[in-house]
Amino acid sequence: MSLISTLARLEAVRTGRAQAAATVRHRHLSERPLVFVPLTTAGEAGAPLGALVGTDRDAPRLLAVPQPRDRDLRFAFLAELADVVLPYLDAYAQDVEAAERNETDPETGKRIKVEVELCADAPQLIVPSRAGVDFVRLLGRSMRFRRTAEQDPESPYPAPPRVPLLGRWLTHFGERARVPGSSLLLAMTDVLSRHWATGQSTLEDQHLGALLAWIDPPEGSTGAEAALHAELARDAKGQLLCPPAGPATDPAFDNKLLAPAIERYDRARTAFAAAEDGLEADDRLGELTAAEREIRELVLSRTLPTWEKVWQGLDLLRALPDGAHVEERWTRDRWSFTGHRDRIVAGEPPQPRRDDAVTAANKLAAREREQARLEAQEALDDPLVMAGRRLSGEAFAGEVTDVVMAYSEGKRPSPRPLVTVRTEDRPHLGERVKVYRSLGGKPQAAEFVGREAEDLLVLRVVDKMGRGKEPEAGSVPEKGDRLCFTLFEHEQRGGPKLPDPEETPWTHGGPPGEAAAEAADPPTAEDVL
Amino acid sequence: MPLPRTRGKALRQRLAELRGPDVPAKALDARALAALAANPGCRRRAILDGAGVNKAAVASALGAPSAFGQSQFAFTRGNAFEAKVKADGGAELLRLVHEKLDRRAEPPADAQVPDLSAPGPEGRAARTALALREATAAAGSWTLLDHPMLALDVAGSPAFLEPDAVVVHPDGSWTVVEIKSFPMLDGSADPAKVGAAARQAAVYVLALEQVAAHLDPAPEVRHRVLLVCPKDFSNLPTASAVDVRKQRAVTGRQLARLTRIEDIADTLPEGTCFSPELPAAELTSAVESVPATYAPECLSACELAFHCRDRSRAAGAVTSLGRSVRAELGGLTTVEEVLSAARGESGDPDDPAVAALRRAAQLRAEALAPLGQEVTPCR
Repeated sequence: MSLISTLARLEAVRTGRAQAAATVRHRHLSERPLVFVPLTTAGEAGAPLGALVGTDRDAPRLLAVPQPRDRDLRFAFLAELADVVLPYLDAYAQDVEAAERNETDPETGKRIKVEVELCADAPQLIVPSRAGVDFVRLLGRSMRFRRTAEQDPESPYPAPPRVPLLGRWLTHFGERARVPGSSLLLAMTDVLSRHWATGQSTLEDQHLGALLAWIDPPEGSTGAEAALHAELARDAKGQLLCPPAGPATDPAFDNKLLAPAIERYDRARTAFAAAEDGLEADDRLGELTAAEREIRELVLSRTLPTWEKVWQGLDLLRALPDGAHVEERWTRDRWSFTGHRDRIVAGEPPQPRRDDAVTAANKLAAREREQARLEAQEALDDPLVMAGRRLSGEAFAGEVTDVVMAYSEGKRPSPRPLVTVRTEDRPHLGERVKVYRSLGGKPQAAEFVGREAEDLLVLRVVDKMGRGKEPEAGSVPEKGDRLCFTLFEHEQRGGPKLPDPEETPWTHGGPPGEAAAEAADPPTAEDVL
Repeated sequence: MPLPRTRGKALRQRLAELRGPDVPAKALDARALAALAANPGCRRRAILDGAGVNKAAVASALGAPSAFGQSQFAFTRGNAFEAKVKADGGAELLRLVHEKLDRRAEPPADAQVPDLSAPGPEGRAARTALALREATAAAGSWTLLDHPMLALDVAGSPAFLEPDAVVVHPDGSWTVVEIKSFPMLDGSADPAKVGAAARQAAVYVLALEQVAAHLDPAPEVRHRVLLVCPKDFSNLPTASAVDVRKQRAVTGRQLARLTRIEDIADTLPEGTCFSPELPAAELTSAVESVPATYAPECLSACELAFHCRDRSRAAGAVTSLGRSVRAELGGLTTVEEVLSAARGESGDPDDPAVAALRRAAQLRAEALAPLGQEVTPCR
């Protein structure tokens, strides 16, 4: 954490309200995001208890599993979830525009431009917290290797038709969420704490209720009071007034409300199965339905407060102006979405359990590159972020006090003007260190020449001045201009190309060989998802 | 100078007084020890844990109840899984130990599973020590100790620990087995949970080493423990060897650093008592008489954390925002101190921490100025 954000936190403590940690919004927000508030059963891996999901704030779809240990009921839940999520994704997959992509021609080995489709917009999934992102990934893993009756007629527990497809999509969203700056799948707590500094620690910021309490406290109370209320306040029955944002539930809820309700449901179901005649069955079916409704009510009571908080968070974020580079990063998300859509259409198998060496190395390299890109772009978009970089000596801002025209030596002299900048910042500059400024959205490079005085830096501008002897108009700073130079590059270059998977060196396991279809998780006598 | 034995007795007496009349001692478990070792500077936690005070009850009595609890679903599932792993005289468990840790040894068959029941924790600990000695002497066969009891000296008072299982290998070495119910998905598990399990196992390793030191020749306590978890989404056990050398070294060092409980007890005013039955004001002043070292990490590890957080915030301590925040502010420890130094109202401008702070405040103000907000509201 930089000293600037620490100061913001201290200021938040003093004022009782969260302080700005950004002056623009650094993440893309869709016009129509799909909000997903899941709950899971404690102690079980991937046994969902229920969820609220939907794109309409006033009409969330409630899904609940009355007995989470029952495989059929869980499949029913997942099928229902697929019915909500897949049509939402399809709507984006169908609306395409033409785009160009660089590809290597397999015959000539040259880089050529290919016409491809790019989805005009991409879907966006929003979950309340980081644990929700992990849960999306877990759900994806639990579903993508399942076999439907059509794929494998022998399968003892065939999955409903669209469940494996949902698994592949959720896996893709979960995987994409690991790329810095991506917005296909966002955790509300992460996005909010990126934009506001609260008067509590980053650990406490993981609690959505407490975080919002600092950012937008109710009338007449301070952030600290409201956050404490959100964390601890319980009703007469000992239940938290602000239930955890999930997917884990509060143990007091599990023990006092949920467990008895599930027991009642089990009893009603056994009784219904044991009914001897139609009349009795009707009565008992009524009881079973009532027991199921009770569990649905319980799930709703724990998810609805979080659902509303996620939308409140969206409102707060929408009030911020877009950062200039957000659109560009969103285009990358659209490429990612389009790419996965194409892989599914092409009939490729689901994502493997483990990536091969080349894929894994590519993913890591991409994440590193995106991290550097994100850091550079956020600084360029947001003076508050740039202030942090200036404080740490990675950038400096100041006024141009002098410009002297000079030329490079050689047959065709090019302009290499010397610019003197007065700055109070203390950049870490060595001789000939390159610095960059933004000129009409493109980076212009300069070299550090020397210091005339403690606060006077002399720079030699080296590019973006045209081909002629005289620099193009407006391409050279003028006396009196206020400029900001960075020591980091504005645009990221890709690293060296990795070998094709077939060329994987033996140090990394050698070529992967024939791709074998991954088997589904074997069903066991125990309850499995 | 009184004899050590009497001194020990006096300490026990003293700790019982601290707990309050008729309040049973709450045993220290490995999880508490690992948490204690994570914050060795906290005297409050050291004395309360050392005296066996029920911190959850104290926290409720102070009006800042803790939010810890276990869901019965998790509890049932955890027990069912452990029973499954240990079924058939631990055949599956021993197979995993053999496969993951000791492939060169004979595969386990006819393993011994000695009965460890005895009255009281001291009795069980003695029984465990005996069983360990016998199993080590009977080299060449496998022995599984199901829920043994180990005693570990913590800051001058004994703590009794109950690992899920300890296995004695045919070569006489000992392995700690930790059974957890979080899943191992495609060979990897949640790193935070694995870390917690490793810290817990490290405490058992330390305790076993104390037992081993009494034997001649001292058997080896393996530093690779076996973590047993459900495989993927099933209830089938799978296992992984976890190297706990680092956790063992850290925990051992921290436990040694813990201020001796006697020394803390000696600083308390006469008649101090932490009984939850006391009136709130009296209990508060008793708790306040021992200094705490609060950091946000306490929230996930200590029942008293909300109380300590209240106090820390009321005192304006910057540590309540995180240890890293405290670290970058040099000698400035309270919110007001830092803010007034940043505004230029106090502090030595030659102090690098103060100079950096002023520069940061200036840059922040400059960046926020175009928004027309001095103290930025958020709406």
